[in-house]
Amino acid sequence: MSEHTQDSISDSTITPPAVIAPGQTFASVTDKISSIALTRRTPVGWFIGAGISFALVLGLFYTIGYLVVTGIGIFGTNIPVGWAFPIINFVWWIGIGHAGTLISAILFLLRQPWRTSINRFAEAMTLFAVACAGLFPLLHTGRPWLAYWMLPYPNTMGVWPQFRSPLIWDVFAVSTYATVSALFWFVGLIPDLATLRDRARRRTAKIIYGMLAMGWRGSARHWHRYETTYALLAALATPLVVSVHTVVSFDFSIGIVPGWHATIFPPYFVAGAIYAGFAMVLTLAIPLRKFYGLEAFITMRHLRNMSKIMLATGLIVAYGYMMETFMSYYSGNTYERYMILNRFKGPYSAFYWTLIACNVVFPQLLWIRRVRHSVPALWAMSLVVGLGMWLERFIIVVTSLHRDFLPSSWAMYAPTFWDWSMFIGTIGLFLALIFLFVRFLPMISIFEIRGILPQAAVKESGD
Amino acid sequence: MHEGKMVELIKLKGIDRSKKDDKVQSVLRPLSITESLATSPQSLTPNPQPPTPNPQSLTPNPQHPNPTPHYWRSLEELAESEDFEELLHREFPERASEWSDPVGRRKFLKLMGGSLALAGLTACTRQPAEYIAPYVRQPEELVPGKPVFYATAMALDGFATGLIVESHEGRPTKVEGNKDHPASLGASDVFSQASVLALYDPDRSQTLTYLGEIVTWSAFLGGIRPAVVAQSAGAAPAQQSGAATAPQQPGAATAPQQPGAAGQSQQQPARSGLRILTGTVTSPTLGHQLKTLLATLPTAKWHQYEPAGCDNAREGSRMAFGQYANTIYQFDKADVVLSLDSDFLSCGSGNLRYAHDFASKRRLSESKRDMNRLYVVESTVTNTGSVADHRLPLRPSEVEGFARELAAAIGVQSARSGSPNGEGRANWIAVLSKDLAAHRGASIVVVGDSQPPVVHALAHSMNQSLGNVGNTVIYTDPVEANPVDGNASLRDLVADMNAGQVDVLLILGGNPVYNAPADLEFADALRKVRLRVHLSLYKDETSEFCQWHIPEAHFLESWSDARAYDGTISIIQPLIAPLYSGKTAHEVLSAVMGEPERSSYDIVRAYWSDRHAAGGQELPVKASVSTTSVSGENQTQPSPARSAQTNQSQPSATRQAKTPSPQFEQFWRKALHDGFVANTALPAKTLSAKSDSATQPPASPRSSSSQLEIVFRADPTIHDGRFSNNGWLQELPKPLSKLTWDNAAIVSPATAASLDLGKRIDQLATNRMGSIGGEILADRIELQYGDRKVTAPVFIQPGQPDNVITVHLGYGRTISGRIGTRTGFDAYSIRISDAPWFGSGLRVAKVGGTYSLATTQSHHLIDASVVGERDILRSQTLDEYSKHTSEGSHQEGGSHHEQSLYPAFAYDGYAWGMAIDLNSCIGCAACVVACVAENNIPVVGKEQVARSREMHWLRVDAYYKGGEQNPETYFQPVPCQQCENAPCELVCPVAATVHSAEGLNDMTYNRCVGTRYCSNNCPYKVRRFNFLLYQDFYTASLKMLRNPDVSVRSRGVMEKCTYCVQRIQRAKIESEKENRQVRDGEIVTACAQACPTEAIVFGNINDHASRVSRLKANERNYSLLGELNTRPRTTYLSAVRNKNSELENG
Repeated sequence: MSEHTQDSISDSTITPPAVIAPGQTFASVTDKISSIALTRRTPVGWFIGAGISFALVLGLFYTIGYLVVTGIGIFGTNIPVGWAFPIINFVWWIGIGHAGTLISAILFLLRQPWRTSINRFAEAMTLFAVACAGLFPLLHTGRPWLAYWMLPYPNTMGVWPQFRSPLIWDVFAVSTYATVSALFWFVGLIPDLATLRDRARRRTAKIIYGMLAMGWRGSARHWHRYETTYALLAALATPLVVSVHTVVSFDFSIGIVPGWHATIFPPYFVAGAIYAGFAMVLTLAIPLRKFYGLEAFITMRHLRNMSKIMLATGLIVAYGYMMETFMSYYSGNTYERYMILNRFKGPYSAFYWTLIACNVVFPQLLWIRRVRHSVPALWAMSLVVGLGMWLERFIIVVTSLHRDFLPSSWAMYAPTFWDWSMFIGTIGLFLALIFLFVRFLPMISIFEIRGILPQAAVKESGD
Repeated sequence: MHEGKMVELIKLKGIDRSKKDDKVQSVLRPLSITESLATSPQSLTPNPQPPTPNPQSLTPNPQHPNPTPHYWRSLEELAESEDFEELLHREFPERASEWSDPVGRRKFLKLMGGSLALAGLTACTRQPAEYIAPYVRQPEELVPGKPVFYATAMALDGFATGLIVESHEGRPTKVEGNKDHPASLGASDVFSQASVLALYDPDRSQTLTYLGEIVTWSAFLGGIRPAVVAQSAGAAPAQQSGAATAPQQPGAATAPQQPGAAGQSQQQPARSGLRILTGTVTSPTLGHQLKTLLATLPTAKWHQYEPAGCDNAREGSRMAFGQYANTIYQFDKADVVLSLDSDFLSCGSGNLRYAHDFASKRRLSESKRDMNRLYVVESTVTNTGSVADHRLPLRPSEVEGFARELAAAIGVQSARSGSPNGEGRANWIAVLSKDLAAHRGASIVVVGDSQPPVVHALAHSMNQSLGNVGNTVIYTDPVEANPVDGNASLRDLVADMNAGQVDVLLILGGNPVYNAPADLEFADALRKVRLRVHLSLYKDETSEFCQWHIPEAHFLESWSDARAYDGTISIIQPLIAPLYSGKTAHEVLSAVMGEPERSSYDIVRAYWSDRHAAGGQELPVKASVSTTSVSGENQTQPSPARSAQTNQSQPSATRQAKTPSPQFEQFWRKALHDGFVANTALPAKTLSAKSDSATQPPASPRSSSSQLEIVFRADPTIHDGRFSNNGWLQELPKPLSKLTWDNAAIVSPATAASLDLGKRIDQLATNRMGSIGGEILADRIELQYGDRKVTAPVFIQPGQPDNVITVHLGYGRTISGRIGTRTGFDAYSIRISDAPWFGSGLRVAKVGGTYSLATTQSHHLIDASVVGERDILRSQTLDEYSKHTSEGSHQEGGSHHEQSLYPAFAYDGYAWGMAIDLNSCIGCAACVVACVAENNIPVVGKEQVARSREMHWLRVDAYYKGGEQNPETYFQPVPCQQCENAPCELVCPVAATVHSAEGLNDMTYNRCVGTRYCSNNCPYKVRRFNFLLYQDFYTASLKMLRNPDVSVRSRGVMEKCTYCVQRIQRAKIESEKENRQVRDGEIVTACAQACPTEAIVFGNINDHASRVSRLKANERNYSLLGELNTRPRTTYLSAVRNKNSELENG
């Protein structure tokens, strides 16, 4: 790793590093990526990692079972703090899901070829993160088995959902996002699934990949339809990047709670989500490229680009914090002012200052080229930002609620064992899905990588 | 299965179902089990026979096998159509008749086998057998679904409060005050509100036991009679020796001889005797029974002990007047009130009435712009001190000196004492004496029960020299049947027990093993008694030490009578037959006297019949001949022959034979209906304080101010411990500390700092909050008082006098029930009989570790600036208020109420609203328990309260103003504010909370999915969430407790106050039947109904003449957090304190 880093740095002093390392051919690309799913022996590390993840998933199932049987009183949630870990985790996971769509759709539309190496697993990550996120709002309700009441379906009760509630908007926003992300991911997978089908040796693999490939033959007509669909889906997904987290932020900003009721929330949440999402992509990409030797496809250029996006969105988030503080002072509103002072020096001030350190102070190191070019530093940074974004949601949800209007109802909040087991369980679920994904599906888009090889560029120049 | 049983039952009862069909149906309606049965076709067919497999039995008239039907059910039947014929002759519906098909038999057997196996599986969870018995004859006035109300009374520490109890199909569910009863005037307190829960408490003692074995009542009779007879055998010679004279004349005349009983035992030291230990007895019937017993059995003695009684007040009256007297205060006539360590607004006899009268003098309106002034000198924080205009925290031992000095300043001759008073109090004395003197005849000096008798005597002298006697202070004969100094009485009993002179001890109620002063070692003494009998509601600590335990009937199950603070007698009538065959004290005494078959109804009614015949005077006491005469005969057999003998031998025993006069019947019915016996209030009596009453030296030597003093107080919610198994009271936050489920050693911030307790915030010692919600991590200290020790958690309370530690009694029960056992610490374990209420020489040692206390409001966070800035609680002085109103009223920010893009919703019919006068609220929390009782609010337990998950729909917030040494305290009840722009409604995703056309913020529990968004968005945090399954759906007795008009909420739903919407609907239905509008005052919410000070007023704000509209028009009216534009329907009237400008810095 370190020698490679050295190379990249020396490269970059002259020209920007390539999106793909030199010396790759169509065949080598296909071989390298498809062999992970098909022929290469599953590394021992995969079994260890997947084993741990599945253990955590079992813990999650146990927690869910206990939760449904006992009630959400097993969590630390109480009356001033009516939302806590589940909502924090929901927003955090949804935020993480953002980078996938951003990379896939927006960068696709903007013709950023460097996205190709990372879009596949970023999309997968999105999907899995949304799956984890979706668990929380469902299970944090008092009666999860009635959650379908939030859907507008004709019913004998003659009652519709209450469309003024942001939670209903959430239902639509998140489910749309999940659907479009899944479609986008799957459509993008089809040509590669066909490749796997063709290269698979075992019969079961052939059948399964064959079914998933949906009869892809690689004809020009197929390719034409594919390109059209993909572009359309990308266009469809693009507004969702903005809308999902905007709607999620409405959950808070529609409320009258000081610390929630702020117009800055939508852009600030979206920026935060992209921030957290890219951090998570880095968190996953760096170990993956190392363990599977994919440095040729996920190059330093990718890492650096992502770190720059992180820096940019981090600055937007920092601006959000600044504006929040300024507005609470400038509004002259006593509740707002108290809310900020309480964040600064209240019982949860340590969390607040850690959040500022994680999200505002440390990322400033990314201004330094050496940090941007150091893989371990980037990985550490991504973890710090992930933590910081989680703390941000904690601060928004808990510190706003625990001291709101009437001091008589103020109270503290602390998570219980079950809060943690549910959170860690979803991390396990996420990782388990990632492990399955990298084992059975091409984690990097084979045909798109082939498309950006220099050999492929000849055609393009002919156009 | 059930059906068959029901039919059988009905057959047995001999109802002709064909005729009474509709009747049976209506009778069955209240029993929910039968509801489905009643509608099932079989039970409805007018068929007098139980259903049999014979299809013929379904023909209309099986008795007459006549083919022509006499009755027809439908036109088809009449027409004898083929379809109908077929239908008629089918045993089973069409599809079901497949089984008769022979081909299907195998299948049938298969399925039978299968279902048998399944039946075996279901047998694993055996369903409880439930029997139903419909009314044979429908009780009069009982309409299923409509509650019936009965008057009764509840006695606490002997003193009765008149109650009206709501009964649903024979189940008492809710207690209200009796408007006509002088001690209630419609109000109720936390104890009476919670009494229905005690009635249905599954932990109540349910069986009579002997050494822990369940035995029968007749076994008890067999056990007790020989012992009693043995007593009476040797008693005859002593009968005339004056033993029975003492209790014969009740009231003051006997007082000086008390405790005369001790004298008797000295006369006959060798004789073992019968002893009876009761609480304070004001019941005329019980008093008469006891006196009759004493007259019959001269060796018997009657002791009374009340751990939180008013012995000091009684002794004080004896000290002042030479005889026992009862003092009644008329706060509605007093302009200036001085309380010397008295919590008269929430403790002691008559507190509801006193609170009512006090508030009436304090209420401000358009026409009344003056109010009374309350000075409180107290040694611990109380509700009364919290609403005082001026409050002076003093160490308890200093109160006497203060009283002496004040008395001297007022001009009481004898009061002078040498001890000069402390710094800063001279001003108080001067100002007080001036203010009191300025209101001669319209002031009151009232002393708390915890102050020694001499302070009471001083107060009597002060009231006399202020000309209050006869105006605001009335003396009467004692209310008690036999007034004694309970402490001394118990001490005598223990001395006798230790001396082996007690042969039989009957403990009628009470729990002396737990609550007797520790130095008496009651339990050890009790072991020396040969035969010990305990009658009580619960199997408690004392039951453990007694061979016989008799379950006591709850007052809602028993006939009795009792007197109120002013002597008014109430007949206590039961609302329900004893659930667990409990006995009353009357019945036990009657059994002891050889009439075991007499029910308490007979006893009470007979007493009153005789008394009525005697012109309403108390009956003279005569020895019951029957008891002694049976001594040689068949004593254990309660035969009819003997009761006939009784009838002849004793005039008062002829009651059964005698038919009561019509006048008596009328009197009796009226007394029961009204809830009290008319004209039984004790007449005022002229007494004058003896001049030398207070000359004796101070009772307690003054301790140096650095020494720690301890104060014992009855707990504000579980009293002396008798309510310890009552979940409603355990979970009710204490008025100021807002602690639940625990007592604590209460210390002032300065004392805490000096003892290094709690947590420092800017030099100020505060409670250390935990992280999970409303938890306090309290330091633990060991209190050593005398040579006794107890470990207690510390609660730091602003306003507590320095170096005074208050502990509340009633906790630390070892045998109480599932709720009360092992909560808190036992303060009785360090209480001594010489100084039961306070004392100095307390030593404190910090013990390691912390103790988790659960509180519902964390005060330490609240600095005045936060509350002040937020305009949560408005308060002003009377001067400011008068100035304000004369300058022209300032209307609360009504401006932005009107600012809306949309036209306001027009409330055409009713618009419900509530106004809460903070000036009247005394923080007694009766409203909270009333709300719990009315709305089926569950108890969640200490751990859940510590997590801030208590379920109270209505809470009483307390706020402090000023320094922590002696802050002003304000109470603010907060129910749902029923906002017109309700933030909760907007955010509910499933429309479970919606606005009604009458302005209520309704909650549809069935629709709630439990996102809790509404609660987050509620600025008042009045919504409560069922985080876990808090309701107890399975305890059978608790099912009877619930208000059938209110849904019982299960896990996972939000719930909240809806202004008792069930009461609103009931009143609306009534008014619509009469085609009129609901009248003002016709709907009273549970909280408003309980409130003794009428601080809560509910009504229709569309009606501008309604009381609530008038209050809302008052210039003191303001909306809580009004600037949020939630437009609450509940508004508050600011508190006003009548400050004395001369004492402003006091």
